[in-house]
Amino acid sequence: MKYNSVFDIIGPVMIGPSSSHTAGAARIGKAARNLLGSEPNWAKIHLYESFAKTHKGHGTDFAIAGGLLGFETDDPRMNQSLEMAKERNFSIDFIEDTAAVDHPNTARLIVGNDQNQVELVGISIGGGKVEITELNCFKLRLSGNHPALLIMHNDRFGAIASVTTILAKHEINIGHMEVNRKDIGDAALMVIEVDQNIKDTLLNELRQAPHITNVCTIIS
Amino acid sequence: MFRTVAELVEIAEKENILLSEVMIQQEMDVKEQTREEVIASMEKNLEVMENAIEESLQGVKSVTGLTGGDAVLIQNYMKEKTPLSGHLLLDGVSKAMGTNEVNAAMGTICATPTAGSAGCVPGTLFAVKNQLHPTREQMIRYLFTAGAFGFVVANNAFISGAAGGCQAEVGSAGAMASAAIVEMAGGTPQQSAEAFAMTLKNMLGLVCDPVAGLVEVPCVKRNAGGSALAIVSADMALAGVTSRIPCDEVIGAMYRIGKTMPSALRETGEGGLADTPTGRWLKERIFG
Repeated sequence: MKYNSVFDIIGPVMIGPSSSHTAGAARIGKAARNLLGSEPNWAKIHLYESFAKTHKGHGTDFAIAGGLLGFETDDPRMNQSLEMAKERNFSIDFIEDTAAVDHPNTARLIVGNDQNQVELVGISIGGGKVEITELNCFKLRLSGNHPALLIMHNDRFGAIASVTTILAKHEINIGHMEVNRKDIGDAALMVIEVDQNIKDTLLNELRQAPHITNVCTIIS
Repeated sequence: MFRTVAELVEIAEKENILLSEVMIQQEMDVKEQTREEVIASMEKNLEVMENAIEESLQGVKSVTGLTGGDAVLIQNYMKEKTPLSGHLLLDGVSKAMGTNEVNAAMGTICATPTAGSAGCVPGTLFAVKNQLHPTREQMIRYLFTAGAFGFVVANNAFISGAAGGCQAEVGSAGAMASAAIVEMAGGTPQQSAEAFAMTLKNMLGLVCDPVAGLVEVPCVKRNAGGSALAIVSADMALAGVTSRIPCDEVIGAMYRIGKTMPSALRETGEGGLADTPTGRWLKERIFG
């Protein structure tokens, strides 16, 4: 099931005006920031369909920018985020893209800084709930029913074993797992859906594991 | 975990507990939290709703100037005249509109289930409260009951205007409010389901056609309609009126209608009221 908490329905607490176009957009921005793992200083944001046509009226622009700055959906600074980004020399370009997409509220974010960059596609499915459907050109097929771990790593011997060993130690059961790589020995992605809630201590341990470059979670 | 309204009602009847209790227990399981933690989270949402209504009754105005101040107009009218539609109903309408006026003015609200439809559940709650005198816990339960029904809609259909039109947003919100009113008023779980069905039936086909793509016109007044209908359906259900089409089938109908709705009528700001001469003129005036 896409929604599994009553607080997906009664909530989030947010700055108006739209849960899908403002709060959801902010969460997609925040997901990109978390995946980058550090302060971004540039972003190219492609908006599609309803996002493309109504982003000005709904504040989708400042919401995505706010998320990229690390704001929660109820941050009172939300509607000043574009000015705040400018002050920090963080350049953000919005592109109204006419390409066909599967969901009416779709955004593609390419976000980076001097060290790193990340590209993701997020969809805002209603009531502030979002799904990340693509990461660094890897398609994600998350069921949305369970918490998920996204682990960027280098394609090396033992990378997967080190992750599963840590999960076993924390008594976390894997429900579904996928591994993808760009090329032999190149950047790769593990997508792991688990049955238990993921604690910060576990995330920190995974980040220290060999060949792991970045770890983040998607709480369903 | 319940997937349908029928299952939700069945659990409540079998265990002889309130619908809100079914939702609370499920949330405790999903989040691995104690009852106190789950209740405390919901109380925070209740406080946000209460503050938004209070803010709106001081009078708010959106950046565009399209919306704001109508909640106050209605409150003043109720003080000076005897409203034809009754005090409780109009109070709910005013507080629902007020919440959405705060939302349009980029104030802080709690999405229920969305921001565009955030008025119906708190608006009706704070109106019904004055007649039923609930405890704080019962007010929190109201939100869990509303949430339980929204949960079924979100998982079997949709709750966003972009996906299913306004029937998915204000339709769901008004229907959720109906179900919660029935429980607070002492109705049975099945009566909550009947009230939900009757509100949603009257919202089927409602399109999402925001002028200039803004969550203002007609969203604020649609929340007025949604909350009025919520109170009327709750009364009908409490009187013993039932829906000939079962609740889950009404949700299914809403889903299929949304699926066939053209994109121009699903939150693109291209059709319906957005595409009237005045709608287009307002868009031109606001965005140039």
